[in-house]
Amino acid sequence: MADVTDLGVAALRDGVRAGTFSAREVADAFIVKVSRAKTLNAFIVETPDHAIAAAKEADAARAAGEALKPLAGVPIGMKDLFCTKGVQTTAASHILEGFKPVYESTVSQKLWDAGAGMLGKLNMDQFAMGSSNETSAFGNVISPWRRKDGGNAPLTPGGSSGGSASAIAARLVPGATGTDTGGSIRQPAAFVGISGIKPTYGRCSRWGVVAFASSLDQAGPMARDVRDCAILLENMAGFDVKDSTSLNMVVPKWEAGLSGDLRGKRIGIPEEYLVDGMPPEIAALWQQGIDWVKDAGAEVVEVSLPHTKYALPAYYIIAPAEASSNLARYDGVRYGLRDLPEHANLQEMYAATRAAGFGDEVKRRIMIGTYVLSAGFYDAYFTQASKVRTLIARDFERAWDYCDYLLTPTAPSAAFALGEKMADPLAMYLNDVFTVPSSLAGLPAMSVPGGLDKDGLPLGLQIIGKPFDEQGVLNAGLAIEERAGFVARPEAWW
Amino acid sequence: MSVDTATVKKVASLARIAITDADAERLAPELNNILGWIEQLGEVDTSDVEPMTAVIPNALRLREDVVTEGGQRDAILANAPQGEHGFFTVPKVVE
Repeated sequence: MADVTDLGVAALRDGVRAGTFSAREVADAFIVKVSRAKTLNAFIVETPDHAIAAAKEADAARAAGEALKPLAGVPIGMKDLFCTKGVQTTAASHILEGFKPVYESTVSQKLWDAGAGMLGKLNMDQFAMGSSNETSAFGNVISPWRRKDGGNAPLTPGGSSGGSASAIAARLVPGATGTDTGGSIRQPAAFVGISGIKPTYGRCSRWGVVAFASSLDQAGPMARDVRDCAILLENMAGFDVKDSTSLNMVVPKWEAGLSGDLRGKRIGIPEEYLVDGMPPEIAALWQQGIDWVKDAGAEVVEVSLPHTKYALPAYYIIAPAEASSNLARYDGVRYGLRDLPEHANLQEMYAATRAAGFGDEVKRRIMIGTYVLSAGFYDAYFTQASKVRTLIARDFERAWDYCDYLLTPTAPSAAFALGEKMADPLAMYLNDVFTVPSSLAGLPAMSVPGGLDKDGLPLGLQIIGKPFDEQGVLNAGLAIEERAGFVARPEAWW
Repeated sequence: MSVDTATVKKVASLARIAITDADAERLAPELNNILGWIEQLGEVDTSDVEPMTAVIPNALRLREDVVTEGGQRDAILANAPQGEHGFFTVPKVVE
């Protein structure tokens, strides 16, 4: 029998339904793969029992002739930002080490209710703050990909959903959850040659997801192809009374609606995304993407999003400001770490706990956020950034008069080596230049693999859509996927 | 606007993060670098623009003012670093 770990979500689901293999065989095969891939450091906690329990339930249901749940027989990885009942949830921070939630996040609960099992909690950038998975308190995640220069320098899987990306690309899991605040699903997906979609803000409940920047945070799936993303998203999205910004809308049947036929669709190419110093290979891939969507029947038009260059600086005010408020909850009183120096008073305990518990990047962002919100600076920074955010959203609204989707590169480069950008926070922030604008506007956007660069590393293309049009984004992604024929995978060296 | 080490210490204190003098020396140029970069937002004319408050228009819902999930004291205390007699405990705050 072929190795079931080579199969994606749809093939596993269908295979278990058809009885080609049992859910238990699938779970066992992935559990072995996970246990042998410690070098990648993609998991913080492994949960084989959870995956086996779900598999047993699926096999029992099938034996009894019952209808199988939508994800019966499919084990997945869960980013460690989602609270999982009784299973350590840390957001990859020392300050939450040992925290075992007494409740389950809405998104993870929906996935378990759909029959999925959990192989483990996936490593990530600490509190989702990072673009390279180097800010985790549990060590860097290593990409399964290597440059073809023989140097074997360990590469970043991207971030913040780096554990999800690495695990999927290495075939340790067929799919995983991610979260995206400024590109944390799309950029890692691009770096490891997989697909990932950030839905419209409000599609997936934020309840039980450790908060970073609440007006931007949005969960979404990562998987090997567009269909698998559609299947997972259908089982993650939906109205939730426990999230005040949850969209009260029916979840469409995205998988059934998939079509790579783009006839009658107009695809916008935003001129401002052609940034100075764009590597020729990225520009070439973008042109290739344009040719592919034309081949799929779309009309390609040039559009302008004039405030694009201000998206990143606006983001680096808004996201840290929200983070500084959200992370005020880590006080050493209710959960997580407490550092109580001898004779310390309450204020000193807070400060000692937070100094010991937060990593450098988290502290940096909390301090930027605190500064921009402080008396005398609030209007100059936070209010101005919120106004610029309005202008950025308006740019997109105007673009929709001329096109249905936008096509751009996902990231300005291929995966870089671990350590390469850590010394310069600004250089790291610039990695999100193409993903942040759509986050600020709350739009659905996805990355699909487009090809390999000269070093043999994956490059991604991004499709951005109108609010609530995940179907259109998925379909444009599918049209590219069908033409890219991306089958490259990393050699299993780990 | 330039941030000096005294400002860094003030901000750290507001953020309840203990820092050493060496941390403040290291953080001042780092924060200046980032703040200098975000200051380019000042060049955008926003005189007739409202600040964004909701990224996707969505009316806030109201619910009945009733207890939805009460009576879970032990669950709430389950992850507390220190708790006694059904309470969170903290260093003494009143003499």
